[in-house]
Amino acid sequence: MSVLAYGVVAWLFLVGIYGVVTSRNLIHLVVCVSVAQSATDVLLLEIGYRTGGHAPVFVSLPAHPGPAVDAVMQALALTDVVVGAAVTALLLALVVQVHKRAGTLDPDALRATRE
Amino acid sequence: MSRRARLVFFAVAAAALAVTLGAGLAGLPSFGSQISSYARMLNDVASPQRHVTDVVSAITFDYRGIDTLFEEFILLGAVAGISVLLRPLSDEVRELPEDKAPDRAIPPPSPAVWLLAVLLSSLLALVGLETITHGVLTPGGGFQAGVVLASALYVVYLGTDYVTVERFQPDALLEIADGAGAFGYVVIGLLGLLAGDVFLTNVVGLGVTGNLIAGGTIAVLNVVVGVEVFGGFAILASEFLDQTAVIRTKTRRR
Repeated sequence: MSVLAYGVVAWLFLVGIYGVVTSRNLIHLVVCVSVAQSATDVLLLEIGYRTGGHAPVFVSLPAHPGPAVDAVMQALALTDVVVGAAVTALLLALVVQVHKRAGTLDPDALRATRE
Repeated sequence: MSRRARLVFFAVAAAALAVTLGAGLAGLPSFGSQISSYARMLNDVASPQRHVTDVVSAITFDYRGIDTLFEEFILLGAVAGISVLLRPLSDEVRELPEDKAPDRAIPPPSPAVWLLAVLLSSLLALVGLETITHGVLTPGGGFQAGVVLASALYVVYLGTDYVTVERFQPDALLEIADGAGAFGYVVIGLLGLLAGDVFLTNVVGLGVTGNLIAGGTIAVLNVVVGVEVFGGFAILASEFLDQTAVIRTKTRRR
């Protein structure tokens, strides 16, 4: 179980970086960055998980048996999501301006026009 | 660097990274077996200490409140950066779309889309407000609610047109919401100093656990952050829409 859970993290990160390296379109590249970044979300939630655990919400409804999962990791994942959204939005704004200046979204063609 | 050379370079680097990452991940406690003692302690004390039922909110806005302050400023900085990046450049002008065929009426949006937009946007606004106010009770809070509220505006755009949505969201008001939300967080933090304690101390009355108004500054910070995130995401959408709708190059214009 551990191998699968943590394997997903490594795979998500590497496949995101692979997308960045081979990308032919800047918008695709930005999406690949967020795929790589989402690996950290998955990792944070996995570290905080406890088998059979319930959400760290303690209402006075019929008590859910078993332990609660790690609330700190969930708060950190929230931070991660917000920062990820901010980074993606900034990168997309840069892409808009690059397309206006260079007329292309292909990172390779971009290098050729720089001279 | 050719594509081939780049791929080879990546394969070597990725293999090295995979080995290090694998070694690091293998050293973690097995999946689902335990959580940190810090988290166990917070799960136990958060509810009695801060009178909230959602421990994640208590951590985000109280125990790790300074973290969230910086997170909020990252978002504010990103929105400010996007506003600067997407401003009209020296060879561009802001100009509302001009009707090139005044003798033909613009077809109105389809009634089905319009109805869906009305239903969906009011539902989203309601859910957004619910998420803000129940942040101390159930999963939710300012960040999530701000995004939900902003998406209510996106739906208005889908169901009507650009000019209508601009009337719905005056830029100045959104910018004020964004800035006031960020500034409000600092002000609430300063209340702690005024009360003779440290920055971001929970000084407001804590209320009764399980009530809508409980948790002291946690509930207030939820509202403040909700306003900031709402303003920020609405500005984001309007900046990107402006790029296609009102910002055009001077040369293309006759």
